Amino acid sequence: MTTIEIKEAGFTYPDGTRALEDLTLTIPTGMRMAIIGQNGAGKTTAAKLLNGLLKPTEGSVQIGDWKTTEKTTAQLSRKVGYVFQNPDDQIFHNEVIEEVRFGPKNMGFDNDKVEEITRWAIELCGISEYAEENPYNLPYSMRKFVTIASVIAMDSDVIIMDEPTAGQDKIGLEILGRLLDVLKEKGKTVITITHDMEFATAHFDRIVVMANRRIIADGQATDVFYRPDILKESMLKPPAVAHMAALLGFGDGVLHRSELVELIKKRHLVE
Amino acid sequence: MNGIIQLKNVSYRYPVGEDWALRNVSIDIQRGELVSIVGNNSSGKTTLCNLIRGFIPHFYKGEVEGSVEVDGQSVEDYQLGQLGARIGYVFQNPFIQISGVKETVFDEVAFGLENLGVPVEEIIPRVEEMLKLVKIENLREKNPFELSGGQRQRVAIAAIIVMDPDILVFDEPSSQLDPIGTEQVFDIIRLMKERGKTIVLVEHKMDLVAEHSDRLIVLDKGTIVMDGPVREVLEAPLYRSFNIQYPHVTEVALELQEAGVELRFLPIRADELPLCLGAVERKVNPDDNN
Repeated sequence: MTTIEIKEAGFTYPDGTRALEDLTLTIPTGMRMAIIGQNGAGKTTAAKLLNGLLKPTEGSVQIGDWKTTEKTTAQLSRKVGYVFQNPDDQIFHNEVIEEVRFGPKNMGFDNDKVEEITRWAIELCGISEYAEENPYNLPYSMRKFVTIASVIAMDSDVIIMDEPTAGQDKIGLEILGRLLDVLKEKGKTVITITHDMEFATAHFDRIVVMANRRIIADGQATDVFYRPDILKESMLKPPAVAHMAALLGFGDGVLHRSELVELIKKRHLVE
Repeated sequence: MNGIIQLKNVSYRYPVGEDWALRNVSIDIQRGELVSIVGNNSSGKTTLCNLIRGFIPHFYKGEVEGSVEVDGQSVEDYQLGQLGARIGYVFQNPFIQISGVKETVFDEVAFGLENLGVPVEEIIPRVEEMLKLVKIENLREKNPFELSGGQRQRVAIAAIIVMDPDILVFDEPSSQLDPIGTEQVFDIIRLMKERGKTIVLVEHKMDLVAEHSDRLIVLDKGTIVMDGPVREVLEAPLYRSFNIQYPHVTEVALELQEAGVELRFLPIRADELPLCLGAVERKVNPDDNN
C-alpha cells in the first residue's frame, strides 16, 4: 500500500521563486487524480514533490511509510514513476526497447520478468513496431509513449504523467485511455497533470485545481466544472460538453458526451 | 492566380526511410489564406511543413521529387536564411525552439532580429510590442530555461512573429498550453490573419481548427486525401474513414444522427448546435457566421 500524504508542504526554488504554498493532500492507493490549472500555477512543482525530485522546503511529503526528505530520488523512483512533460528530458538510449528495459533492469527484476514486462509495456503503449528504432527518429507523440512505457515497465505503485495528451492524435488518445484502464485494473495510483479537460473528466475520479501556487478546489469533475468562482480564479474552461449543454439550456452537471446525447435524444425524439 | 506556396507532385523520402513520407502531394496556397493540415501522427504533417519552409532539402537531405515554390521561386534556389525571413516556423516542441544562447526572454525574442541585421533602435520597440502582444511582458528578465512549458511556447511564438514574416507555419502551437493560453495563441493567429499573413496550421484541437480555418487539408499515410473549405471537408462522410478527431460538437451531432435525431445541418462550431437542432426558428445559413 502506497498512500501519499502531503501535509502543509511549500516549495521555494533556490533562486527564491515561490512555487507552492500550503499543499495538503491525501492520495489513497488506486486513486486516479488529475491536477489541472493554468501554466505556472504550480502543477509540475507539486508533481515533482510527489516523486521526490523536489523536496518540500516546508511541511512534509510521505510516500507509504517513507518521508521524501529522507530518501534519495533513486529510492523513491521505485515507488513513484514519473513521466516528464518533455520526453527528451528522459530518453537516453538509442533503441526503444533498451530505453524501456532500463527501468525494470534497475529495479532488479529477474531476466524473464524484465523481458516480459518490457514487451507488455511496449505493446500497451502501441509502439511495438518501433521497438528496434532509435527513439529520436520517432515523432514527439511517439517519444512520449516511449517514456510512458519506460515508466510503467518499472511496475511502481504510483505513476505520475505530466501532460500525456499533448500532441496526441485520436489513436494516441485511445491508447492512453486503454492504458489507464489497465493501470486501474492493476490497482495503480495514477496522477496526471493535464490541460485537456475532456481527458480529465473521462478518466479521473478526482480533480485537483491549482491556481497561484495553491490548491483551490478538490473533488469530482462536477464539483469543479460547474463552479463559476473556481473557473474564474483558475482561468480554466469546462469541457466542451458543458458549454454545449448550457447553450441548449440543460441544467448543471452535464460533462460527458453520452449524457448530453441522451438529454438531447429525450428532448428531440419524443416531440 | 498562382499561390504564394505551391507544391506540385511532391514526393519525399527521408535519408534512412524505406517508404515515401509524402507521395505525390500538390497544394496551391493563396496569399492570406489560413490552411489547416490535419491527419494522424506519422501522416506526414511535419514533413510537409519542413518542405514548405525549405528545411527539406536544405537541411534534411533524402530524395525529393516534384517542385516546391514560394512566391514563384523554387525553395532550392533560396538561401535558407532568405526563406527563414519569409517563413516563420513555430515548432511543435517549444523546448527545442529556444536558442539556448540568450539569458533573458527579452534577448531571446530579439535574437532573430539581431540575426537579420535589424538596427538596435528598431529592435527594442518591436520586441516590446511583441512581449505585450503575446502577454509575456512579466517574463522579460527571466531565463528562457526557467519557464514552464506553456510560457516557453509563448516565447517561441513571440520570437518568430517579431520577425514579421509573410508566411507563418504553426506546428501544434498550443500543445503545451492551458485553455486560456490556447485561446490567446489563437487570438494571435487571428490577428496575423487580419494582417494578411498566409498561415499554415497543424493542430489536433479540431474545435479551434473549425473556428479559424478557411481551408482544411487531410493527410493520410503521406497522401492528401481531402482538400477543401473546412465545413465541406468535415461534412463529407469520407472524413470519418480516416479516424481523425472531429470538433466536439460534430461528434455529438454524429451520435445524434445515428440515434435518429434529425439535424438541419452538421454543426462544426459549438454555437451552431441549437440551430442545427432547430431550436431557433429561422433560416439558417451555416456559412453566415458573422
